[in-house]
Amino acid sequence: MEKYALELIEKGKRIDERKFEEIRPLTIKKGMIEKAEGSASVKLGETEVIVGVKLNVGEPYPDAKDEGVLIVNAEFTPLASPDFESGPPGEDAVELARVVDRGLRESKCIELKKLCIVPGEKVWIAFVDIHIINHQGNLLDAAALASLAALLNAKIPKLDGENVLRKEFEGQLPVVFKPINITVGKVGEKFLVDPSFEEESILSSKLSVCVRDDENICALQKQGNGELNIEDIEKMVDIAILKSKEIRKLVE
Amino acid sequence: MTEMKEVVLPGEFIAERKGRKVGRGAYFEGEKVFAAVLGIPRVDENEISVISLSGVYAPSIGDKIVGIIQAVEISGWTVDVNSPYLAFLPLSEGVGEFVDTQRTDISRFYDVNDVISCKISKVTKNKTVQVSMRSIGSRKLYGGITIKVTPTKIPRIIGKGGSMISLIKEKTGCEITAGQNGIVWIRGERKDKAIEAIMTIERESHTIGLTEKIEKMLSEVV
Amino acid sequence: MSETDEKMIVDGKRLDGRLPNQLRPIKMEVKIINRANGSALVNFGGTYAIASVHGPRALFPRWMQESDTGILRCRYNMAPFSVEDRKSPGPDRRSVEISKVARLAMEPAIFLEDFPKATIDVFIEVLQADGSTRVTGINAASLALADAGVPMKDLVTACSVGKINGTLIVDLNGKEDNNSEADMAVAMLPTKKKITLLQMDGVVSKEELMTLVNLAEKSCEKIYELQKQALKEKYKRI
Repeated sequence: MEKYALELIEKGKRIDERKFEEIRPLTIKKGMIEKAEGSASVKLGETEVIVGVKLNVGEPYPDAKDEGVLIVNAEFTPLASPDFESGPPGEDAVELARVVDRGLRESKCIELKKLCIVPGEKVWIAFVDIHIINHQGNLLDAAALASLAALLNAKIPKLDGENVLRKEFEGQLPVVFKPINITVGKVGEKFLVDPSFEEESILSSKLSVCVRDDENICALQKQGNGELNIEDIEKMVDIAILKSKEIRKLVE
Repeated sequence: MTEMKEVVLPGEFIAERKGRKVGRGAYFEGEKVFAAVLGIPRVDENEISVISLSGVYAPSIGDKIVGIIQAVEISGWTVDVNSPYLAFLPLSEGVGEFVDTQRTDISRFYDVNDVISCKISKVTKNKTVQVSMRSIGSRKLYGGITIKVTPTKIPRIIGKGGSMISLIKEKTGCEITAGQNGIVWIRGERKDKAIEAIMTIERESHTIGLTEKIEKMLSEVV
Repeated sequence: MSETDEKMIVDGKRLDGRLPNQLRPIKMEVKIINRANGSALVNFGGTYAIASVHGPRALFPRWMQESDTGILRCRYNMAPFSVEDRKSPGPDRRSVEISKVARLAMEPAIFLEDFPKATIDVFIEVLQADGSTRVTGINAASLALADAGVPMKDLVTACSVGKINGTLIVDLNGKEDNNSEADMAVAMLPTKKKITLLQMDGVVSKEELMTLVNLAEKSCEKIYELQKQALKEKYKRI
């Protein structure tokens, strides 16, 4: 399959007949996990990711005493792909969680100061847990999108003294930006967006770009064992900025 | 004052190809030949290569090597050739006579830890390696000890036309067989002197004036 | 890494006296671990990293072998005493990610196809951390690979760049790392001018991003000269 995909790309086509800058059909659903304070599922082609946001009360970091805490974790559960194994997250799961985390954190999309309950003592900790349901390529973009959607969907529970009243809410989680992650792949001299599973194995490199609403870049991660020219990087960032605008409209 | 031959590093440009063979330690992109390893470049009318200052042994057909029997299998032996790859000595390549494997325990020919001088007879693309005792000069090496040195230093240890290794043999009275794979077999009473000389050559192979230094070292009375 | 109100640049100079595009004092030494096929120690100011290479060597278990190519394995680790607040020994998530990106930074340089079924194992230990640890580690690893005689098409050179108090700077130390508006790690094949590692976090415009990448390339050129010297130096001393 991979060899065929490569031949097609050289001729200017993709296996699923998409254009190079076209993403697969995208569906975003929110709020289906009632026990979570926020949740979302993203289907990008056949890739499916579900993210749940849970809010717990905890201690702030010593160097950010008046800010809430964001923790992102990803599970590549074996049910999603024959290539995933049971056990603690491998390097790919760790990388994905950390890249999604950086995009959310550096973009300052959550007003962490508003998650402070008692400075230095009590803050809201937002756990963003990414669960891969089906791996058909481009897990990172799907996971980042689902994480953002889940955060936009999340509500802060009411606090009664020490108790968290999970069924009553104080308001939405304060999310002020919508950072969008776009992964651009390079094959030969061509660039494509939203690589499918077959395409991923023939890409020489991928560049994941996290773009904020104001077109600033909040995170960059080159993936794959290929080489990139400086000119490639500029082109890939341009493509990502353009694409991010389109996707952002789909997440309200 | 010891002079140094100019060392090149991976990625450094050596010469234009001009139809020549690009040998070990070098690679080409279009007409330009670059070094692939840290070492001394060798450029002549026929070939451009780089002699690596270090590196593991990569078996090549025709290499005359010293191997150490690792295991006795059913139809042959696995041999340690100082490489990421184990070699195999098939029964037919190790023994001249007919052997009934049902009745014979072939370890009587070669047993674990036996040292052999042999030739690399086959290397497949996936680096399956075969050795043979059928070539001239192949034999079991009895007694003595073996040491492992950087394979790329062996030519210097042997010397031009064997001059260096003959010098060491003469001065120490030892029997020495140096395999291209970096395993050197030594037997004799003054083998420690021989080993010292060999290790010195390994360390200083890229310097000029080494031969004189080794001569001096071996002439010293213990 | 977050912005700070603290002045990190005073009168055009950084807190440690450097100019924005100035590297810290750098030392590199090759062949320091005799049990390894290759090794090197590199320090950029107060950041010390040691790297060693074992291999190419046989790869077990067999199912991990690739019949037509060798593989590269890399482990980046920080010593417990390398940071102010002792770090528990063993891999944490950050080390796992860095091990991966470091491996992918070096893979393109190596002729892995020369060693089917074998593995080349690279170990990076950060002995003291004062910012830019992964790039220091990669610089050391690349020297260790060359020292080990691993066939490569180029060395791998790496450096960090970033933005602090609005100014673009090179080679961030620990304090700058923690207080920058953006920091970026770049690794490249110096003679081919190809980038093999690129990570950034912070907030930068696209123009600033491209300026940073170009700044990194220029700094890598300087660092490459030092790597060259360190390798050639080893074989001069007799």
